[in-house]
Amino acid sequence: METRTMPKYKGKRYRLDKPELLAPAGNLEKLKFAVHYGADAVYIGGQKYGLRSGADNFSFEEMREGVEFAKKYGAKVFVATNIYAHNEDLAGIEEYLRNLYEAGIAAVIVADPVIVDTARRAVPGLEVHLSTQQSTINWQAVSFWKEEGLPRVVLGRETSLEEIAEIKQHVDIEIETFIHGAMCSSYSGRCVLSNHFTDRDSNRGGCCQSCRWKYDLFEDARWVSEEEQGGAVQPLQPGVTQLPLHQPEDNQFTMGSKDLCMLESIPDLIEAGIDSFKIEGRMKSIHYVATVVNAYRKAIDAYMADPEGYVLKPEWLEELQKAANRPLNTGFFYDTPDHEDHIYEPEEKAAPYDFAGLVLEYDAGTGMALIQQRNHFKPGQEVEFFGPDNTVFKQTVGELWDEEGNSLDAARHPLQRVRMKVDHPVAYFDMMRKRK
Amino acid sequence: MNKPELLATAASLEEAAALLDAGADALLIGDDRFGMRLAGHFSLEDTLAAVQLAHGRGCKVYVSLGGLMTNRLLDELPAYVKAIGELGVDGAEFGDPAVLAAVKSEAPELKLFWNAEMTSTNYATANYWGRKGASRVVLARELNMDEITEMVPHLEMEAQVQVHGMTNIYHSKRKLVASYMAHQGRQVEGSLGKERGLFLIEAERKEEKFPIYEDVNGTHIMSSDDICIMEDLHILMAAGVHSFKVEGLLKPAAYNVAAVKAYRKAIDAYAADPEGYAFDEEWLEEVRALQDPERELSFGFFYKEQVY
Repeated sequence: METRTMPKYKGKRYRLDKPELLAPAGNLEKLKFAVHYGADAVYIGGQKYGLRSGADNFSFEEMREGVEFAKKYGAKVFVATNIYAHNEDLAGIEEYLRNLYEAGIAAVIVADPVIVDTARRAVPGLEVHLSTQQSTINWQAVSFWKEEGLPRVVLGRETSLEEIAEIKQHVDIEIETFIHGAMCSSYSGRCVLSNHFTDRDSNRGGCCQSCRWKYDLFEDARWVSEEEQGGAVQPLQPGVTQLPLHQPEDNQFTMGSKDLCMLESIPDLIEAGIDSFKIEGRMKSIHYVATVVNAYRKAIDAYMADPEGYVLKPEWLEELQKAANRPLNTGFFYDTPDHEDHIYEPEEKAAPYDFAGLVLEYDAGTGMALIQQRNHFKPGQEVEFFGPDNTVFKQTVGELWDEEGNSLDAARHPLQRVRMKVDHPVAYFDMMRKRK
Repeated sequence: MNKPELLATAASLEEAAALLDAGADALLIGDDRFGMRLAGHFSLEDTLAAVQLAHGRGCKVYVSLGGLMTNRLLDELPAYVKAIGELGVDGAEFGDPAVLAAVKSEAPELKLFWNAEMTSTNYATANYWGRKGASRVVLARELNMDEITEMVPHLEMEAQVQVHGMTNIYHSKRKLVASYMAHQGRQVEGSLGKERGLFLIEAERKEEKFPIYEDVNGTHIMSSDDICIMEDLHILMAAGVHSFKVEGLLKPAAYNVAAVKAYRKAIDAYAADPEGYAFDEEWLEEVRALQDPERELSFGFFYKEQVY
């Protein structure tokens, strides 16, 4: 990836002065971190009609609490209701959407037109955003959805920056695109590998990520003789029915894609007119969401404050790498992905850093912080503090005490409250992480 | 009852003629730019010839506009839609709403069939597209028999069901086979298209071969089995499904002809005497004789329960 400083594609943002940073929130705690670390809006899943049946997902009560929390920051909460419905899912859509609206949800992200239509008709106050699951990739289709009353379309991940700018030139509508995280390598919604391999319906939240499995690629070595065999299939040579297109030492075939990362292209995204920058990952950790949101928040704010003087800071990228669990690329924004954009090698799944503690309190007089343990840490270990208000420093863990003042040889207990001296000021919600 | 339509895909004019001879009521053809996963490419000239051939026998020709359109393709779409309208094509399949505007302005008389492949999964959404101009829904192959039969009475349009052949299970805009070859540092020899006979095998499913090919629309992965629901075709006929499709993609013409002949017999027998109808195993003999021994003839998802 190279840094691009001269945006080439000019689109227009019609409604928002500044692009929205939209973050995933798999549960209430993640929502709070996403918002505190700078998300303008978060998207969550409810108990029904979402595509992450494996995520925690919010009750209406939790949604209300999340909305209240977000409101203090001027942030919005969206709910993904992005399944493709079957007959049995139809009853109850209207009531569900009404409940979302009453919980203070600002918008639903919808793929299936029956949910679009129900929302527009029954709950007109609830905004409807067309999901990326519709694989909308051209301006005419975007224009169709605008006429249906939708203020926003989340484009298919196959759309290039040039095409996005064209769409913005043709249609006065908010455009949202994914800018960071894992990607379907198929057109979203157009993959039923899960259904075929495991009887799990990918378009209703059952995706088992078969695209990331490994496969062997072969060529058929048989032929069909119309004349002699009446159309039956025959081997070319006796006993040889297939030829491998790989050697035993080769990596296997896969459809699995590297993860999207557009941090180095913020000026291009902003100038193309994209209204909302979406981060993927409702299943990802608090540490991931906070780190990624924090990096993009800084880049967007720096560019908006001074477009001409904008420089990408290497530390933003370094930050992202601390949460990344796959190699990164730029998806379809500049080019169609090729052999360098898929993961053929064995994956090292784990991100290099762990969330070790959350800052609850800080006493400026004594330089002591009260930290909620999130993973094992102990004196002598190097840790890093980071937070949304420019807290970034490394230090070695000194002596630890519990709340009664007893000295500890390690912070072992989940959510244990531990006091330690910090080298620089910290604040509530700052995070402490350690290298694995 | 109205006799259901037997629809087949044709890869060429010769196959089109053979399928009509075998008893197809309608043919699905198209241009690779706008259609997707077509059995073959039809130029406008061949499309006209197919229309004349079919209309001469009281049969119909439908054209697939089922692709996901790019901005660039929108420049070419209206002229193509106008042309097929003028050639007398009877209907067009679409998935991308961009097609609606082109048909409305260039060929308003053209019938529209909504086919969003794996995402055409409920009657209310089908009826939504009906209100936008579609007169038929092509149901997802991942629906089961109960879902299909309970859907039909709720539809304000015709229903089409694929009864035979393979289905697409994954579509990417990426060139995944070429990428893999490049990753290995190997030259791609020859085409990576339909004619190459490429397939994937997954470690825990050694018996299943999933065809894979590349074309202008990216990479397509197909099912390892072929649907064959003839044994229970009467259930779909009784439910009032209007059109039965035999998918001929990646199959020799002789095989498709055999399949069309077989379904022709079943449909005619049921229409002549619904009460006395009984499936005859002999109808499938020729299909079974020509069936690729490495591909199972299966009920697809007709009798499966999926979880999520």
